[in-house]
Amino acid sequence: MTNLRVGPVVLERRVEPSRRALVLTRVAAVLLALLVGVVVFWAAGLSAVDGYRTMWTGAFGGGNAFAETLVATVPLIFTGLAVALAGRMLLWNIGAEGQFYMGAVFASALALWFPDWPRPLLLTAMVLAGAAGGALWALGPGLLRAKFAVNEIITTLMLNYVAILYVDYLVHGSWKDPGSLGFPLSKPFSANATLPAFFGTRLHLGFLLAVVAAVALWLVLRGTKWGYEIRLIGESQGAARYGGMPVVRNVVLVMMVSGAMAGIAGMTEVSGIVHRIQPTISPGYGYTGIIVATLGGFSPLGVLLTAFLFGALQVGGYTLQTVGVTRSVVGVLQGAILFIALGAEFLARYRVRWQPATRTVRPEPAAAAVGTPPAPENLEGTP
Amino acid sequence: MSSTWISVFAVAVAAGTTFVFASVGEILAERAGILNLGMEGMMLVGAVAGFMATNASGSLVVGVLAALLAGAAMGLLHAVLTVTLRANQVVSGLSLTIFGFGLSALIGQNVVGNPAHATFDTVRIPWLSGLPFVGKVFFQHDVLVYLGYGVAILAWFLLYRTRPGLHLRSVGESAATADAMGVRVTAYRYGAVLAGGALAGLAGAYLSVALTPGWNEGMTAGRGWIAVGLVIFARWNPLWALVGGYLFGLMESLNFQAQAVGIDISPFFLGMLPYLFTILAVMIAALGLARRLGSPADLGVPYEREEI
Repeated sequence: MTNLRVGPVVLERRVEPSRRALVLTRVAAVLLALLVGVVVFWAAGLSAVDGYRTMWTGAFGGGNAFAETLVATVPLIFTGLAVALAGRMLLWNIGAEGQFYMGAVFASALALWFPDWPRPLLLTAMVLAGAAGGALWALGPGLLRAKFAVNEIITTLMLNYVAILYVDYLVHGSWKDPGSLGFPLSKPFSANATLPAFFGTRLHLGFLLAVVAAVALWLVLRGTKWGYEIRLIGESQGAARYGGMPVVRNVVLVMMVSGAMAGIAGMTEVSGIVHRIQPTISPGYGYTGIIVATLGGFSPLGVLLTAFLFGALQVGGYTLQTVGVTRSVVGVLQGAILFIALGAEFLARYRVRWQPATRTVRPEPAAAAVGTPPAPENLEGTP
Repeated sequence: MSSTWISVFAVAVAAGTTFVFASVGEILAERAGILNLGMEGMMLVGAVAGFMATNASGSLVVGVLAALLAGAAMGLLHAVLTVTLRANQVVSGLSLTIFGFGLSALIGQNVVGNPAHATFDTVRIPWLSGLPFVGKVFFQHDVLVYLGYGVAILAWFLLYRTRPGLHLRSVGESAATADAMGVRVTAYRYGAVLAGGALAGLAGAYLSVALTPGWNEGMTAGRGWIAVGLVIFARWNPLWALVGGYLFGLMESLNFQAQAVGIDISPFFLGMLPYLFTILAVMIAALGLARRLGSPADLGVPYEREEI
């Protein structure tokens, strides 16, 4: 089944997509997408050299720019981890955006109600509240999926809109800052409710938190019984159930931890950057998290790297506005990277050979791909 | 019934038309076995293409055609990736949505908030529009609403009463069997995804040239996703998509006119209704009511012919 023939060229399916080929195709996808960007810049009336130079300077030109890139990386690490963790169990958490907003709501509640708590206590409580808010928002879809096989893609996604409307409701109503001149925003947080920033930039403690979370998740997935369980459930629910693993409980738990990750992102964003809550706290971090997790191969360390790349893209994109180009160029670039990675994946799954004569080859099992949350073995090797 | 309530229902049919086009498009693709989660992105591209083409040409026909083409082009992208390159349909669809959001925002950046140069007239259907209640609700609309009735009924007829429709459904149920019977699986899947994309484009254009003329970044506001949920609720049947579409239209309509009919609920909570109801709909579907007429068996499964 697996061979395609175009004249004398034979595409032979690999038993497993070569890992090197997968990494190479993803790097190639980014480069090709940058070529697509050339066309986009040209269409927007800007030379590609100027466009990319502007983006590069915006993202990496100097300490402050680099700090901004890291700042944008923080929520992407968290939302990327959220999607990646769920993806390990072949669950799609498309609701990181909503969980981000609910995390922000829960954290903001503490910040607004108890502005005078000691800073370490208040900040710790806010992180926990953010995690709880996100986890709560993912609980419903997790339960529905685990108990009744309700499609989690639809439920998590729909809750995004509900969460954003809820924030709208709050900041148009009881949380509205009387001094905001009618703008829908909350009162600014007290100093005790804001994450400490470093080096005179906006780089805040949330960055450390994000990196720690990624490394911790990586360790948990590799080295604990629970990590082993969810990897096994992801590979085969039937086998896991037969082996006596609590599948339902783990599905719910993974969704909640996934939601908690996104929720903490909401907390670090309001506490570290915005310093209040308002409807525009996220330019779509939850959705970009899906791309980050997918391109990062659903591995925590892959997410760390990809989040950095997309953080740079985003900050570079904002800088484009200074030369009169809309930042939606970045959305087009992100989409193009994904498409090309997805298409190029085809090549990683096949070996191209020159072979004039026909020959039969035994069918091979389908292999992991961009987007098929891979069997962990394909990714990091079994410990 | 008071005239306010009649107008709530009339607006429900108008607002529901978007859902009808989009969910019928999704049904066609899913019936052929291709899950299309790119609906939202396709609709956005259709909306911006339709609006800009209408304003550039002054012709609504040109606008609608542009939207159909733009949607079909997005569908082609999805088909190449999922049918030919056998990419994961979930990721391809999500990419399409993200890409469509960025692309439509980029294309439409200079026309945000511009007025429409042409709008649809209300066409009263002779005799029918004079009926009490029904006439006002169903037969005093713009021509696209009537097209919505036609598209749903035509899709139903095509799927259940014609040979190509039978083939299309067989491709979605078991591509291997269909292939063995001589049905051209790839051709049907391409056709269905392209037609579905075109309808998604039309659904977007209905928003930007008919319902609320104008273009705004992300103006579909999740309607494409609601359409995907609606398909499950409609049990992959275009006629049920018609019913479901107007039901969701009703929720939007209530939000528009809550105050007029004396509903005293925060508009933000009313705005949540369609999303919450979509969750309810997929729950009901999953809880077994739709199991008998369930989803196409080969939905989401790429097809590769076995060569011996």
